[in-house]
Amino acid sequence: MANKYKEILVKPIIAENPITLQILGICSALAVTSNLTVTLIMCVALTSVVSLSNLFISIIRNHIPSSVRIIVQMTIIASLVIVVDELLKAYDYETSKKLSVFVGLIITNCIVMGRAEAFAMKEKPFPSFIDGLGNGLGYSFILIVVAVIRELFGAGTLMGVEIFPLVSNGGWYPANNLLLLPPSSFIIIGLLIWVIRVFNKEQVEEKDFSLSKHDVSPNYEKREINV
Amino acid sequence: MNDSIIKTLSVAFAVCLVCSLFVSFAAVNLRDTQNLNKINDQRVKVLQAAGIYDESNTNIEEQFSVLEAMFIDFSNNQIVSAIEGLDLDSYDPVEYSRKDGFFTAIPNDEDIAIVKNKENYGKIFILRDENNLINKVVLPIRGYGLWGTLFGYISLAEDLNTVEGLEFYSHKETPGLGGEVDNPRWKKIWIGKKVYNNNKNVSLEVIKGAVNPQDQNIDYKVDGLSGATLTSRGVTNMLAYWFGESGYKQVLENLKNG
Repeated sequence: MANKYKEILVKPIIAENPITLQILGICSALAVTSNLTVTLIMCVALTSVVSLSNLFISIIRNHIPSSVRIIVQMTIIASLVIVVDELLKAYDYETSKKLSVFVGLIITNCIVMGRAEAFAMKEKPFPSFIDGLGNGLGYSFILIVVAVIRELFGAGTLMGVEIFPLVSNGGWYPANNLLLLPPSSFIIIGLLIWVIRVFNKEQVEEKDFSLSKHDVSPNYEKREINV
Repeated sequence: MNDSIIKTLSVAFAVCLVCSLFVSFAAVNLRDTQNLNKINDQRVKVLQAAGIYDESNTNIEEQFSVLEAMFIDFSNNQIVSAIEGLDLDSYDPVEYSRKDGFFTAIPNDEDIAIVKNKENYGKIFILRDENNLINKVVLPIRGYGLWGTLFGYISLAEDLNTVEGLEFYSHKETPGLGGEVDNPRWKKIWIGKKVYNNNKNVSLEVIKGAVNPQDQNIDYKVDGLSGATLTSRGVTNMLAYWFGESGYKQVLENLKNG
């Protein structure tokens, strides 16, 4: 039994990572990863929302009418997100200011809805909770890797602490400003997907179509062109 | 059975009820802490702009009490300690610049910083020395940068001309580029710069590139932020507007003359 839970918890971290395998939750992965502190808070927020929403949805799963199930899930998710947002505003005002709308946007994060639909609607509360936790950790893992790369090489700092002294501050490190812009996360996530798939061959998708061989026809030379 | 209309409605109702109770419970219980955070955040920025913020002292209210807040009545450019119906401590000029009856729309040709609406009553923070003379003043400023409005405070020394500090508390500029308005090194450049030249015109500006140390107008020039021309221009316009005729110019004159 314990092994089963462990599998539910660990699998989404790399093998079935919501970002790199299912390509969900990319929006916030682009937006909140320019600073590690902000990223960590976002990861905690998302992980708690996805695990708790999984738990509550799973508790009432046998009573949710299928015709309104998405709305019911959304109501629960939205309430949790609002509470998380309120808590942040009360206890970590600085970070909540930096996160601004992105906490609210957890509501629309596909990972949360995806886990509710795919897992919590079918499974018992405890495994659902563990599944939410695992997926939250999988999301956090990728975000933290991206944020470390972006903040360290983009601003020379980690969690605001100077690691590489910047040229603009009298140091030696010329900051790579591209890394501070959201598109750089796309590149980093793309590279991460590549690295993970080098080691995890089963993640490589089947080709949609294969290119046929294109030799030159043997009769090519003999063909005449009519002008 | 789950799909009967009665069941659907009752589940929907129950979920909504429980969720709304949950959300409102959290909101009501956290409201006070949140408001305090908001007020303290502003206070810290005012203190930082004045250059008197002590990070080791967490009692912000106590630190803030050395500053005397006053209203600015823009109708006659006088400083007053009370305005009927307004609470000085919680008064936020930015909030009131959107409230009906409390703002005046700025004519387009005057609105260089794209402020749009100016509040009828401003706010000023005054730090007095032991002889009750003005030591520093802190004034709120705002204006449009590249992505949105920058909100901040600027403080002036006792001559009401020399900059003592600049601090933005809210902006949407690109981190690493325009976001460098928060860079402590850049903010330090501002200290000692002069707002008005000898002809009493606003001359302080953010230039493109670095200021030449031999420049005779060095007191009126601040290094531009590299890669953020529009943010730099926004800051210049903001100064020009707020220290110009339609901003604090007359107020500061009146304050100087007693």
